[in-house]
Amino acid sequence: MSASAEAVPATAAARSTSPSALRFEGVSKRFSTGTLALDAIDLTVDAGEFVSVVGPSGCGKSTLLRLASGLSQATAGAVVTGDVRVSYVFQDPTLLPWRTVLGNVELVGELAKLPRSERREKALRIIKLVGLEGFERQRPGQLSGGMQMRVSLARALLLDPGLFLFDEPFGALDEMTRERLGDELQQLFHSRRFAGLFITHSVAEAVFLSTRVVVMSARPGQIVADVEIPFDYPRSTELRFTPEFAKMTGVVSAALRRKGKGELT
Amino acid sequence: MSLSLTKAFRTAGSTPAKGPGVLAGAPRLVRLAIPPFVTLAVILGIWLTITYVILAPERRFLMPPPHEIAKVGFLDPANRAQMLSALLLSTQVAMVGLVIATVIGVSVAVVMSQARAIERALYPYAVVLQTIPILALVPLIGFWFEFGFTSRVIVCVLIALFPLIANTLFGLQSVDAAHHDLFTLHGASRWERLVKLQFPAALPALFTGLRIAAGLSVIGAVVGDMFFMQGQPGIGTLLDLYRSRLQSEQLFAAIFLSSLLGIVVFSAFGLLGRLVVGSWSTFGGGSGRER
Ligand SMILES: Nc1ncnc2c1ncn2[C@@H]1O[C@H](COP(=O)(O)OP(=O)(O)OP(=O)(O)O)[C@@H](O)[C@H]1O
Ligand SMILES: [Mg+2]
Repeated sequence: MSASAEAVPATAAARSTSPSALRFEGVSKRFSTGTLALDAIDLTVDAGEFVSVVGPSGCGKSTLLRLASGLSQATAGAVVTGDVRVSYVFQDPTLLPWRTVLGNVELVGELAKLPRSERREKALRIIKLVGLEGFERQRPGQLSGGMQMRVSLARALLLDPGLFLFDEPFGALDEMTRERLGDELQQLFHSRRFAGLFITHSVAEAVFLSTRVVVMSARPGQIVADVEIPFDYPRSTELRFTPEFAKMTGVVSAALRRKGKGELT
Repeated sequence: MSLSLTKAFRTAGSTPAKGPGVLAGAPRLVRLAIPPFVTLAVILGIWLTITYVILAPERRFLMPPPHEIAKVGFLDPANRAQMLSALLLSTQVAMVGLVIATVIGVSVAVVMSQARAIERALYPYAVVLQTIPILALVPLIGFWFEFGFTSRVIVCVLIALFPLIANTLFGLQSVDAAHHDLFTLHGASRWERLVKLQFPAALPALFTGLRIAAGLSVIGAVVGDMFFMQGQPGIGTLLDLYRSRLQSEQLFAAIFLSSLLGIVVFSAFGLLGRLVVGSWSTFGGGSGRER
């Protein structure tokens, strides 16, 4: 990821003491290929907010997360992250195949120079939290896709992130696994109240997890709707089958159809 | 549709086109061992035919029968001792050369992986090393380093180096972009990235290179023996000696032993690779899963 390969960054991601965990101020991103992926995005995620982003394929959702994490630089505007640790859950589990479950979770602790005993103890606790007790010594190749995703979640949780970025983490999973992991993620959010920015293709998943759902237009990505989701946490699985829930998904879907030019895939 | 497919599948499955037919029901070991034995029997048959039917008795030394080779080459204590000590020396030469080549090759690959400019500066010469016939350099090596152990080892190093550099470098560069992102996000240093990400990711490729290099190193040792006649004889020295004296039984026995050395070395490094990385990678054909 070299900055020189892209146009000169106008403003680098800055850290401030602002209460927001993450703020986009008029952020645009044009790749060196000439593609304008994001156009004048304004978006704030406060601590205790869980914001989902839905939008048609290729509208710049992943680009938004890469900017938020500092992996990529904006070409205009500013990305401001509060003084918090950032964790990124990729679309794929992205585990190291030669490390055990425990080793994979501990990895980020090693890189953050946590003392050995502390990181071991925390890793074991978090592995238990995501329901993988007893699998600490297994390698990723021996786990199912859903279990691998749990390891990836556990790894992201190890450093007590203040800002949690998710790029379609459950996209490759079957519906049942996906809903179960959604339930657990929502529980986690309820108990820890980090700031979350969650990319998904599923309107129902977005509504179920979030305090707000942001709808993006097709490329160049712009924010075309910002819907508050009023349900209290913790949310029960059954919420998905209530008329209120159906109404909220209807609102989000309508915004998507109106502006997203329909190609939600 | 689906019915006819199933049917077609069944029909295909029941035809003994391959495998399960003839030896089905026999124990696994027998099933695995019988086909190569059949091949061996055919080869021996052809061999004996050539020796006793095609060759006239006075030309029989061109292809002595297997039992004569065993009798003269392996059962005669003096010959056997001579060959085994030569084989031991060649093995030492090959292994010392391989160790040196591994150290140099892996280091060079690591250095190349750290900057494109260094890779561009060095890789062409690594390729040149691969393309020049090492044999052409052998007289020069003899000039510089005498005609003994050192020179033989140098030949092995030169011959085994390229696959180690190329495979290790390929492995170091094969790391997923997403894994690199993960390390970038967590502020990993260059050293941490190398040690915790690139090097382990490169191990399967490194072992592939090591297995190839081990075989080449044995070839290097045998070839080196033929040129460097000073010091103790290696198995290659004996090959040349037996050839010049028309001792064909010993010659065949020595060829057999050098082949055996090649096979043993190749398998040993394959086994080592499976032990080290087999539990998580597909090295050596393993699935990396069901273990
Ligand atoms: N490194 C890059 N260089 C050039 N163009 C890029 C790069 N990364 C993304 N793009 C372009 O930017 C646009 C947005 O890409 P992005 O990956 O953010 O979309 P997305 O909304 O995440 O899509 P999906 O839902 O399919 O994952 C796409 O048109 C893509 O082609
Ligand atoms: Mg994406």
